Amino acid sequence: MSLNIIVLAKQVPDTRNVGKDAMKEDGTINRAALPAIFNPEDLNALEQALRLKDANPGSKVTLLTMGLPRAAEIIREAIYRGADAGIVLTDRALGGADTLATSYSLAQAVKKFGNYDIILGGRQAIDGDTAQVGPQIAEKLGIPQVTYAEEILDLRDGKVTVKRRLEHGVETVVAPLPCVVTVNGSAADCRPRNAKRLMKYKYAASTSELPKLSEEAQARVAANPELNIAEWSAAFVEADSEQIGLAGSPTKVKTIENVVFTAKESRRLDNDDAQIEELIQELIANHTIG
Amino acid sequence: MANFYTDNPDLRHHLNHPLMQKIVELRERNYTDAEKFDYAPANFADAMDNYEKVLEIVGDLCGGKIAENAEAVDHQGASCANGRAYYADGTVENLDLCRKAGLMGMAMPRRFGGLNFPITPYIMAAEIVSRADTGFENLWGLQDCAETLYEFGSEEQRAKYIPRVCEGETMSMDLTEPDAGSDLQSVMLKATQKEDGTWVLNGVKRFITNGDSDIHLVLARSEEGTKDGRGLSMFIYDKRNGGVTVRRIENKMGIKGSPTCELVYKNAPAELCGNRRLGLIKYVMALMNGARLGIAAQSVGVSELAYREAHQYALERRQFGKAIIEFPAVSEMLAVMKAKLDASRSLLYECSRFVDMYKIYEDIARERSLTADERAEMKHYSRLADALTPLAKGLGSEYCNQNAYDCIQIHGGSGFMKDYACERIYRDARITSIYEGTTQLQVVAAIRHVTTGTYASLIKTYAEAGYPAQLAPLAAILGDLTVAYEKAVAKVTEANNSKYLDFMARRLVEMAGSLIMAYLLLQDAKDDESFNNTAVVYTKMAQALVAQHSDFISNFAPEQLSAYGIGE
Repeated sequence: MSLNIIVLAKQVPDTRNVGKDAMKEDGTINRAALPAIFNPEDLNALEQALRLKDANPGSKVTLLTMGLPRAAEIIREAIYRGADAGIVLTDRALGGADTLATSYSLAQAVKKFGNYDIILGGRQAIDGDTAQVGPQIAEKLGIPQVTYAEEILDLRDGKVTVKRRLEHGVETVVAPLPCVVTVNGSAADCRPRNAKRLMKYKYAASTSELPKLSEEAQARVAANPELNIAEWSAAFVEADSEQIGLAGSPTKVKTIENVVFTAKESRRLDNDDAQIEELIQELIANHTIG
Repeated sequence: MANFYTDNPDLRHHLNHPLMQKIVELRERNYTDAEKFDYAPANFADAMDNYEKVLEIVGDLCGGKIAENAEAVDHQGASCANGRAYYADGTVENLDLCRKAGLMGMAMPRRFGGLNFPITPYIMAAEIVSRADTGFENLWGLQDCAETLYEFGSEEQRAKYIPRVCEGETMSMDLTEPDAGSDLQSVMLKATQKEDGTWVLNGVKRFITNGDSDIHLVLARSEEGTKDGRGLSMFIYDKRNGGVTVRRIENKMGIKGSPTCELVYKNAPAELCGNRRLGLIKYVMALMNGARLGIAAQSVGVSELAYREAHQYALERRQFGKAIIEFPAVSEMLAVMKAKLDASRSLLYECSRFVDMYKIYEDIARERSLTADERAEMKHYSRLADALTPLAKGLGSEYCNQNAYDCIQIHGGSGFMKDYACERIYRDARITSIYEGTTQLQVVAAIRHVTTGTYASLIKTYAEAGYPAQLAPLAAILGDLTVAYEKAVAKVTEANNSKYLDFMARRLVEMAGSLIMAYLLLQDAKDDESFNNTAVVYTKMAQALVAQHSDFISNFAPEQLSAYGIGE
């Protein structure tokens, strides 16, 4: 059985390698100082998708990402690792989106994409750590969701069996297709880039990248449709302008503070009721508890 | 996570040598594969970009998982049970990653599933793998047995075996036996031809790296009653057919992830590869030359790792109120380590390019006859490759051992403990100057290029290359050293005493090697000033070495040989 698989992925600043230039004076992220990488848990999701493809010959894995035009970089990266194609949803009108506007926009893109069997994505992106986009897309599409997935155990007869990694153990669930599965970092690492695929697809380019390539590379893309990375606009996915970008984002950032954690003075209590009672009263008084 | 290709700009420098243009054009037959294979390059820039990008994959895997696994692989080691050898868990994972990344059969032609890389970028990958896990480089690097199979096997054998190597099956070269180590003429493993024309092998092999591989090249005695190398032939044994078991694996000092096997052949079916009687004298010699270049790459990888570990420790370790790198005794050691590293690397890639040049012509000669000019060029580079391979292997492996030693020294007491990588580096380094021909045997292979003048003429071409003003003083020193070298060569050869020549051979070979490496570093510094310090340091070392050896040779009388236990 061949499947049509969508993998949701995001290009993110590499927040794991934060140097001293990572924040600007105003407290916002200095994207120039941080390398842009493939969101790590999206790579875990890609691996699950590629395993489904291995098990179901003829399947197609399409990467869907929303971001700046340069996000085509992670599509090439995914293709080197085994994905078949990719779509960059990119438009100035989509800028400044919070998770609600993002999931609406991506859900519109999925609807435009049409026929799909399963949508996989990382649990969360390392730049926001919300874990909201995957579940919200499922809601907007009106399909089931399985979160915290560690492994897709089986997929047959219109159902997928998923092992979920939860705080206190594992849970195995079965969900009807199509559905959204968000994958944990504890899942298998993504396979490496493959040398032959890299040499074959290195000239793959999106519509906006194409004019910047050498003439010879442009001729190659023209000769081979597989080297085209689709670029979709908000209008193309028929997104309602009120629900996208800043306009569609109820989350407003008021201020950003640079917080430095410092250890506070410690206090030692003896094991007697009076002292503990005194502490409880103090915590109630300053609204820490109660 | 580090990328072992991109974190080392020296590699890119060596990859982008001017001779690469010709190598790539010949190797790609003017880029005609581009019409047949969608991953073949269309021109020189495209090909170089492919090499860089694939080396980035190698660097990524090596700087990531493979380096991470190295310590656990060293602790767990390979094992043996029920007649089979088993890899450590980390090794299994490393091999799986290399297969998925398509890094097997890198130098094999595309029609067999390979990447058709020249030797030079392939050797660069080997260096990077060795830096991550020296023992793993053996297993991964045995893919170059496929080169020998390609060169001497029939088209049918190529089509049967090479695609399997490109898919990730591993290889081994089964040469050594209990009584045939350096002296391979004494190989006794018996090959018997049955009435139907097929062959079976019987006997024992020892010290076989990756001896439980999928596809073996085996040296065996096919001519009953013969005693020397002319009775030996090369065979292909396919593990799928059965007949070979692993009796035991060695408990080694280092490269513990690489199983070193004792093999028992019991009526093991095998195919003759190439012609009878040419097994040792032609095929194994070619196989060993490839393997020696591989060990030279492995050695440079170890040197790189040793230097980095030592440098990092010297920056971090503070004594007497400052980092120990600030003490001249320590910074001198680091500068010398770096000079040995850079020198052996420059020699490694010079040698790889020479190997590329002649091997590509050899391959073209399989398709069409070469022109007289091409034949002359092939011979020229073949001779140079033959001259530089024992230097790159012999001197490079000695340098990597010296660097591993100094790496521990810089760590002080901590270096003696099992807590730091340097103790593993020290153990892993030790084999490089022993296997695939000891340093002493590399000297035997190199000395004829001292006496026939191959080195002297190569040195002359380097000297004539022309150097900018700031490098002229170093070039002048090397000019003087060349005179001293030639004087020492004349004194030893004029005596016409083979034992005296053997006795002095190592000194003469080291002098030639130092001069060649010093000139190569001067050329590196010409193109890239980051090599300036190394060029100075290495020239000082060459100066001291030539002075010492010249002095020894000029003050030595052949009759003093008896004091060393060397009779007439």
